[in-house]
Amino acid sequence: MTAKVLIPSGALGITYSKTALKEGLKKNPDIIVIDGGSTDSGPAYLGQGISKYSRSTTKAEWKTLMEARASLKIPLVIGSAGTCGTNSSVDWFLEITKELAKELGQRPKIAVLRCSQSKTTIKDALKKGLLKPLQYAPPITEERIQSCTNIVGLAGVEQITKAINTGADIIIAGRSTDASLIASYPILNGVEEGIAWHGGKIGECGAFCSTNPKTGVILISFEKKGFTVEPMEKDAQATPDSVAAHMVYENSDPFILREPGGCLDVESAFYEKINERSVHVTGSKWIDEKEYSIKLEGAYVAGYQNVSIVLIRDKKYVEHIDAWTSQIKEKAKTLISQTLGLETTNYQIQFRLIGKNATLGNLETNINVPCEIGVLGIVTAQSPNDAEEIGKILNPLLLHHSLFEKGELPTFAFPFSPPSFNAGAKYEFCLNHAINLKDPMDIFQLEEY
Amino acid sequence: MKTLGDITRKIRSKNAGPFSLTIDVFCFDQYGYDKVRKILTPEKISELYKISQDEIKKFLIPKLHIIKITIPRPEIQGSSFDRDLHGASFSIILEELVIH
Repeated sequence: MTAKVLIPSGALGITYSKTALKEGLKKNPDIIVIDGGSTDSGPAYLGQGISKYSRSTTKAEWKTLMEARASLKIPLVIGSAGTCGTNSSVDWFLEITKELAKELGQRPKIAVLRCSQSKTTIKDALKKGLLKPLQYAPPITEERIQSCTNIVGLAGVEQITKAINTGADIIIAGRSTDASLIASYPILNGVEEGIAWHGGKIGECGAFCSTNPKTGVILISFEKKGFTVEPMEKDAQATPDSVAAHMVYENSDPFILREPGGCLDVESAFYEKINERSVHVTGSKWIDEKEYSIKLEGAYVAGYQNVSIVLIRDKKYVEHIDAWTSQIKEKAKTLISQTLGLETTNYQIQFRLIGKNATLGNLETNINVPCEIGVLGIVTAQSPNDAEEIGKILNPLLLHHSLFEKGELPTFAFPFSPPSFNAGAKYEFCLNHAINLKDPMDIFQLEEY
Repeated sequence: MKTLGDITRKIRSKNAGPFSLTIDVFCFDQYGYDKVRKILTPEKISELYKISQDEIKKFLIPKLHIIKITIPRPEIQGSSFDRDLHGASFSIILEELVIH
């Protein structure tokens, strides 16, 4: 018994080597699996329920995979479709798939797994004590849940397996854990859970676990008690160290990985080189949790932003930039209070000093006086109108504020006209909680097309 | 004057979800690993990243000469005060740490 899973890349939209994909197809995989999303690109995608990647790149890359699938007559799975995996991004992806099917003259059977959550369900779960905070979770209230524009539940092996079991040619899943997409088919075919989940984690970023991460495509061949990792591009190699080291990548714990329904434990895993390009892995374990739970993600609108950029090249001002920005803040505070009637509890003004410490803020230890500083002014307010008004109140100050009582008014450099922009809604993440479920499908829906 | 960056193969920081930051220090060999392990005490990490010591999680992977440190994100990823969406710049604080 074996299960061969072909993974074209770490995410649909970041490209992969077509030569390597061809090599992969020659190995007769049983399933093609690709991840489509993550929270790593920030809260705005989940907040708006849209994809990070362009429609045209997504369509072009998906087309090649749909053709590959049809040539071998094997299932093709995408998880976290459209970056955030909300119902809206899944619908967007389904539309692209139907469009392509028509263009390619294919009539695939499609299964869709929906992962968007109703606020009522999540609020009820909070009241009943069914939400468990995960590591460093922020406090959560009913009001915060109510303010979310989107909440998703992360599907795991149980939900993905249901979708595979429909016999669909193409499975479009909403938000799912990366590893579960790869682990589901092997588990369904008798591979031990610890082995399947470990292979899933190693393969989640495609060739990232090899010596040439950019090539994308890898094949993971599972047997009951072990799996083999083999990159498909000729100049990429999997080595015991490159594979083992992937367990530290974007994981808070390098030995224990929390997943829907339990934990993967790789402390006793063994990585063995079997030839110049492949590594065989054994010894990984799966620990079931007492009460089945899955993780939730949510994003809400924390405010509306307006952004200005002004360039300071005058030495006197560069040397005293902190005094300059704090004087502007004080002047703005008075003007905003007098004209808009807003107090500092209603809005924030931040100045990030590019060239000084814009990246690390108060953690910066290497501060020198540069020849120029870019001042990035960020206004966050409670309405788009307030944000724009405050941005416009700041503008004359950023243009002409003088540190000196006497002398001519200085004029600073604006690289754009208009000099400030409305950046729209500012979304923030607010949920890092697991929800207990009686049945894994309680809050997920499966549709067939 | 040497820095931690000079005596390691790579120092990388990444988000581990929106609420955690994880920093991986890849050492060249056992000697470097032992040396770096002693430098990166909870006191030092707490001082550099301005977080309390009991929130720091440190993992040792001697086989690969990797030291991994996970901390709460200095600001939640993408929130109003966050400066680095992908969290990759936080490694520079360790890279530029002067060692004696």
